[in-house]
Amino acid sequence: MNKVFWVLLIVLGLAAPWLTYPVFAMKLLCFALFACAFNLLLGYVGLLSFGHAAFFGGAAYITGHVITAWGFGPLPGILTGTLFAMMLGAIFGALAIRRQGIYFAMITLALAQIIFFLALKLPFTGGENGLQGIPRGTLLGVFDLNEPITMYYFVFAVFMVGFLIIYRTIHSPFGQILTAIRENEPRARSLGYNVERFKLIAFTLSATLAGTAGATKAVIFQFASLTDVHWQMSGEVVLMTLLGGMGTLFGPIAGAAAVITLQDELASFGSWVQVAIGGIFVVCVLLFRRGFVGELARLVKAKSS
Amino acid sequence: MKKTMIGAVCAATLTAVAATSALAAADGLSNGSVKIGVLSDMSGVYKAIEGPGAVIAAQMAIDDFGGQVLGEDIELVSADHQLKADVASSIARRWIDRDHVDMLVGMDNSAVGLAVQGLASAKKTIAINTGAGTVELTESQCSSYGIHYVYDTYALPVGTATAMVQNGGKKWFFITADYAFGHSLQDNTARVVKELGGEVVGSVNAPLSTNDFSSYLLQASSSGADVIGLANAGGDTVNSIKQANEFGIVARGQKMAGMLVFLTDVKALGLDTAKGLQFTTAFYWDRNDESREWSQRFFDKHGAMPTMVQAGVYSATMHYLEAIKAAGTDDADAVRAELGQMELNDFFVKNGKIEANGLMSHDMYLAKVKTPDQSKSDWDLLDIVSTIPAEKAYIPVAESSCSLVKQ
Repeated sequence: MNKVFWVLLIVLGLAAPWLTYPVFAMKLLCFALFACAFNLLLGYVGLLSFGHAAFFGGAAYITGHVITAWGFGPLPGILTGTLFAMMLGAIFGALAIRRQGIYFAMITLALAQIIFFLALKLPFTGGENGLQGIPRGTLLGVFDLNEPITMYYFVFAVFMVGFLIIYRTIHSPFGQILTAIRENEPRARSLGYNVERFKLIAFTLSATLAGTAGATKAVIFQFASLTDVHWQMSGEVVLMTLLGGMGTLFGPIAGAAAVITLQDELASFGSWVQVAIGGIFVVCVLLFRRGFVGELARLVKAKSS
Repeated sequence: MKKTMIGAVCAATLTAVAATSALAAADGLSNGSVKIGVLSDMSGVYKAIEGPGAVIAAQMAIDDFGGQVLGEDIELVSADHQLKADVASSIARRWIDRDHVDMLVGMDNSAVGLAVQGLASAKKTIAINTGAGTVELTESQCSSYGIHYVYDTYALPVGTATAMVQNGGKKWFFITADYAFGHSLQDNTARVVKELGGEVVGSVNAPLSTNDFSSYLLQASSSGADVIGLANAGGDTVNSIKQANEFGIVARGQKMAGMLVFLTDVKALGLDTAKGLQFTTAFYWDRNDESREWSQRFFDKHGAMPTMVQAGVYSATMHYLEAIKAAGTDDADAVRAELGQMELNDFFVKNGKIEANGLMSHDMYLAKVKTPDQSKSDWDLLDIVSTIPAEKAYIPVAESSCSLVKQ
């Protein structure tokens, strides 16, 4: 089953600029990476963070700033943004993992709100105007990223690197321990694992990759705005992950694709976007709780057994 | 199972590739029309101010123009940007690249406005902003294809402050929304107040989206100021006016000045609460026969009187179409040059001029909210107190920091 998804991902990924609008495809990949990073935490460690917008948007602002003000290239810019998200993730994680459940979610939300207000007030962010006019520049001095197709394949490469890191993490002994913590934390602890340390590493990794997604998005769209750090963004990524199927490798990609497509395609129908997304979410939670991909995988499994 | 899946994927890919190339061929032909895109907030806080009403206004302009220009059909597309700059940007890109939209109008919210103007300029497409307030659109981030049509955060406070100081409101106290927008409103207002010999007796910063303004209002009330300036917008303005009314501040003789108030805000607050509030507006439906005539037609279609933004969308669309007719082409450079030479005159604007930096400089009006006794009908909400001439209302083009303005 997973092989089919891999083929589908690579074929669609390579063909996407001809199948759909390149900028749309790039946006989709950014949110897919964001959702996958989030899923690493929610689906495999069982930690519901409600503050991932801070990493996504924070990295977007930092990347935008170092590119516009300090003249960084796109790749160093994205790496700086990612590094920032990593440090932020380590700090947030160290504070938040001390609590569980709703308290964990609330701490992450509160910390993310601090980042939101910083983005609103710091002089370099442009306040509610956002950080505008970030140049895309040239990659490694060779590839002109103003070309939509070149830009797309760069984004696709970034996405694949991020996605492979997540894949490796899940399918490593480290990932097994994370799953063990999700299933039964006291037991994992009694087996001698330092649960806090594993949680912190997973949190930081998730934040880092969320940052990569945000940083890449800032380069694609050439701006960073308050939407990226707003708490609604944290909510959206939860929605994407749940729609696609949390705890599945490909689910978040499908979820992100569904949400982004709805946002774009339904835009011409006025206020129906929110209603449609809300409706689909309710149906999804009530009828197929494992998400699109989760249910599909279950069906295939049931058939073959 | 596996084989069939992979086969299906390949087949789907091929079909899709074939379909897109067919589409691309059709695109070459579809360019034989003028397309106007209304990009607005259809579901969030600006829905009543711009939203679906703006689409109606643009359609009215197209219909009034005759539906055709230079023998080609005029088409209208619209979308909800959901107050997200990235959604706005990807829709605008698709419209320009794939659907060959020639002009974008709307773009309330400053992040959306700046993002779309930047994008449209890179793609040589005219973007007329009717909804956002930020002066950056025509200052540091100005562009040769961007036009700022209805109001900006300079014009609003300057007009209100000038008129109020001249009418005796010398001492000011500010309640300021604590972010860049609020501070720039306060700074612009305070500068005018001081220039005209008034003084600022105090100010207080309220966090964005505050629900409880009581402590700020009490400070304002006990400061001895003649005028309480509300350097905020939207829900913050509405909340502060409501609570000021509960404290009886206006009844005790202090005046309230709103920096960014729309007709629909007044309607929502009700005359009892908002009475006496003064603010600057670019348009009021009941100002003269021309504006009444158009607004009545708009009302029949929309069920509400137009805000200045909705009226501006009509006016902008109409002048854009006239410029195409005069230029004989829909080429963005030619149309923009034509717009720069035109003197804009209709029910919305008198003697308007689009400057080199894209600013449409025009007269603004100081309005005062009526008391319930003065109001004769549902939408009889405002008195136009005075006219603020364009050269006073807007940043003079010679002082603009825009690189397109020749010094």
